[in-house]
Amino acid sequence: MTLISPAATTPGHELPPRLSGGGRGRALRELARRPLALVAAAYLVIVVIVAIGASWLAPDGPQQEDLARVLSGPSAAHWLGTDRLGRDVLSRLMFGGRITLLGVAEAVVVFAGLGITLGLVAGFTGGWTDRLIARFGDLVLALPGIIVLLMVLSVFPGSELATMVALGLLSCPTLLRVVRGSTLTIRGETYIKAARLSGLTSARVMWRHVLPRLAGPIIVQLSLFAAAAVLVQSALSFLGLSTPETQGPSWGNMVGEASDVISQDPWLLVPTGGVLVLTVMALGLLGDAMRDVTAARHLAPPPPRRRHGRRSPVGPSRRPAASGETPPPATSMLSVRGLTIAFAAGGRDIPVIRDVSFDLAPGEALGIVGESGCGKTITTRALLGLLPDGGRVTGGSAMFDGADLAAMPERDFGRIRGNMIALVAQEPMSGLDPSFPVGSQLTEVIRRHHAMSRGQARARAAELLALVNLPEPREAMSRYPHELSGGMAQRVSIALALAGNPRLLIADEPTTALDVTVQAEILALLRDLGRRLGMAIILVTHDWGVLADLCDRALVMYAGEVVELASVEDLYRSPRHPYTDGLLAANPHLAPVADTLPAIPGTVPPPSAWPAGCHFQPRCRHATDECGTGIIPMAEPAPGRLTRCIHADKVVTAR
Amino acid sequence: MLRQTARWLVSSLVLLFVITAATFVLASLAPGDAAKAILSSQSGSYTTQQYQQMRHALGIDQPLPVQYWHWLDGVLHGSLGADLFSGQPVMQELNARLGPSLSIIVGTVIVSGLVGVSLGTVSALRGGALGRLVDVVSLAGLALPNFWLALVLVELLAVRVQAFPATGYAPLGTDPGPWLRSIALPVLTLAAGGVAFVAKQTRDSLSEVMSRDFIVLLRARGLSRRSVVLRHALRNAAIPVVTVLGLLLVGLLGGTVLIENVFSIPGLGQEAVTAAGSHDLPVIEGVAFYFAVVVVIANLLVDVSYRLLNPRVRES
Repeated sequence: MTLISPAATTPGHELPPRLSGGGRGRALRELARRPLALVAAAYLVIVVIVAIGASWLAPDGPQQEDLARVLSGPSAAHWLGTDRLGRDVLSRLMFGGRITLLGVAEAVVVFAGLGITLGLVAGFTGGWTDRLIARFGDLVLALPGIIVLLMVLSVFPGSELATMVALGLLSCPTLLRVVRGSTLTIRGETYIKAARLSGLTSARVMWRHVLPRLAGPIIVQLSLFAAAAVLVQSALSFLGLSTPETQGPSWGNMVGEASDVISQDPWLLVPTGGVLVLTVMALGLLGDAMRDVTAARHLAPPPPRRRHGRRSPVGPSRRPAASGETPPPATSMLSVRGLTIAFAAGGRDIPVIRDVSFDLAPGEALGIVGESGCGKTITTRALLGLLPDGGRVTGGSAMFDGADLAAMPERDFGRIRGNMIALVAQEPMSGLDPSFPVGSQLTEVIRRHHAMSRGQARARAAELLALVNLPEPREAMSRYPHELSGGMAQRVSIALALAGNPRLLIADEPTTALDVTVQAEILALLRDLGRRLGMAIILVTHDWGVLADLCDRALVMYAGEVVELASVEDLYRSPRHPYTDGLLAANPHLAPVADTLPAIPGTVPPPSAWPAGCHFQPRCRHATDECGTGIIPMAEPAPGRLTRCIHADKVVTAR
Repeated sequence: MLRQTARWLVSSLVLLFVITAATFVLASLAPGDAAKAILSSQSGSYTTQQYQQMRHALGIDQPLPVQYWHWLDGVLHGSLGADLFSGQPVMQELNARLGPSLSIIVGTVIVSGLVGVSLGTVSALRGGALGRLVDVVSLAGLALPNFWLALVLVELLAVRVQAFPATGYAPLGTDPGPWLRSIALPVLTLAAGGVAFVAKQTRDSLSEVMSRDFIVLLRARGLSRRSVVLRHALRNAAIPVVTVLGLLLVGLLGGTVLIENVFSIPGLGQEAVTAAGSHDLPVIEGVAFYFAVVVVIANLLVDVSYRLLNPRVRES
């Protein structure tokens, strides 16, 4: 369809998750929280009411002439002025809304009817029906819409109904595609399969179970199409092709009339164009807001339920942890003290990392363990100055090479990233730019850190690929990321990290996404590289086996805090924090054979719902009232061991 | 590569066939015909015999499939038939009108692409007030009816300031000045929506790419934000933007019909409206054919861009 403004064909639409009973109510409430969307909706309601009730509401009839007051401009008698026949512009706009909006309604009905039906059938049935409908859609979209509309108009001269039906038909493939795509996704879900197996007819399943979930994307498409239809109806009416002046006023032909007297009275363009612009804008705004609401519902985590900590009202609050005061050991290369990171949300900072402290010696391999969502990754990203949007360091320091990474301005990080501290991430494939071959990505980074010619850089790139044991390094240079296996891609990522000869390598779950055999190879490679290059490693993981393979010491993190710090051996043998104990017990490698795997009850609370006192106490079997009062300080039960638990001795005896 | 070309060729031919056939059927449904129109323009009254003779002379007394077959046969021999009223070869008439239409369409795509991508990029990276500004600009750009915007621009920039001609078209000669001035207002009018459309897509697409893992990793390897955006992010964000530019180009075929009528520019769109009003079937067919060719070329350009931008498409 080539006539409508392309707004209706905007790609990209989010599919909302399955709505529970209150889901749609929530969507409406969210919509209501957007003032602009509310204004738009209110405006549209008023326009529709005024158009329908024009006969009673309009001060004058649409054709009532007053030749004594021609082109009078706005006045008390005629709020929006009069046209060249002395007719009241406001009244004509009210009556004109009837013709214009009726046309839009006709187009929308056809658009929705065809688009939804065909889309549902195509997506739900699949097979050749699907292919046939998809072909039909492609074909209709390719038709020169304006030619078709002109043809339709010469068959039915001036007919609004015919034009608008044709417009709906010509545009329906955009909606068809959206509905089909979403239906395909939903069809695969278990509850739809169950509904079909339980004997409900396809039509019933589509109507009762599939359609309600598509409401969001469909409303988005409908409002955008309605906006386009207003413009098309008005344009054709403006040209006098559809609903010309002889059929009474429409918003489009009123602009046409205004253009005839533009030199005498340009004012007439303002109300006639204004009502069009406002209506289209309102529809567009409503569509955008609806899209945001559906997308937000799709992305946002469930609203946090604030736990009521068992805070005793009279208990004295403990002094905050004093870990910021421990001086760094002389041998330390990286010394983190009291690092605190917060994210801005709803106008205030919510801390996600609190009081993290540790030291790292040159060449040492330090592990960070914990469940997902405990802040392991965020802690390491802060060391590179690469916190996600909205995040910032709100306290503490991270001294590296005489500089404080926690307070470093962005421009100084150029000196750090890549050639002091490098990063290898979890997903090897998504860590590489899909658009460039391996060699070009490597030479770009090499030349960023070393003054080398292109040829020298290519030679160095091949060396690095050989260093990470990539087979046939020269040939691999011309490969694109999608041509590599996961293990190969991770080797390339490591080569990229080594390009600037870093002194510290942060490996963020480097083996989680790989096959078990490849995991072992990559771990051996990291261990070997650390030793050969004298490079320190921070390994983020939730896998105790990986940790034991590579690291000397480890910190255990829970809900944004370090809860235990010790040598890996000590952690295994005698954990001093109930969380470490629980994690170890839940480890399949260590649990006794033929026993059910003991899991820690509950889940990690989101930062907005951290309990008072010890963050772990709601899930802890040793918890007492004391655990919920004030911040728990770090204790040092043995030299070189730290635990953030006041019942550390109970953990030992309970084992 | 060969298979790709063959597939493109076949689908293009199917498209051309279907569009021209559909236009033929639609046009023949219209009440009245060219014979009536010509006779009544020559003299007020005419006999049934004169009418039949005229129909026979024009070849429109034959069954529809035969007429279409003749037309197709003509196309294969490089002819689109003759204008029923002027007797001129349709191809010659339309070629003369191609320049103005293409100037406006290509000009609008270029302006929309350059301004839209820049605006979208800035708003994707800055967010905040600037991001909202782009939101407002896009919304306004999409909401302004282009026929109305054209009138306002003429009133402001042609009548009051007199910087540009209000109507007409100056062919591109040795001095591009008059040509540029003559297409400035039409391009400006159509680009309002185009810029908005491209800016919005660029912003959405670039924001999505900027949130991917490899962007953080590129930064972690020491590349500057600037080079990450210009060399890596924009390239990965380009495919949806190219798609949108293709849609825009096709959509502008409709836009020119309006704009050429408002600015009295002798292009294909103006011809289409005239021909549809007078049942001049060969001309209508010709315009549909030219439009379809533009769609085919736009699809080809988009396809080639995909291939250049995405290594995965390149080899499959």
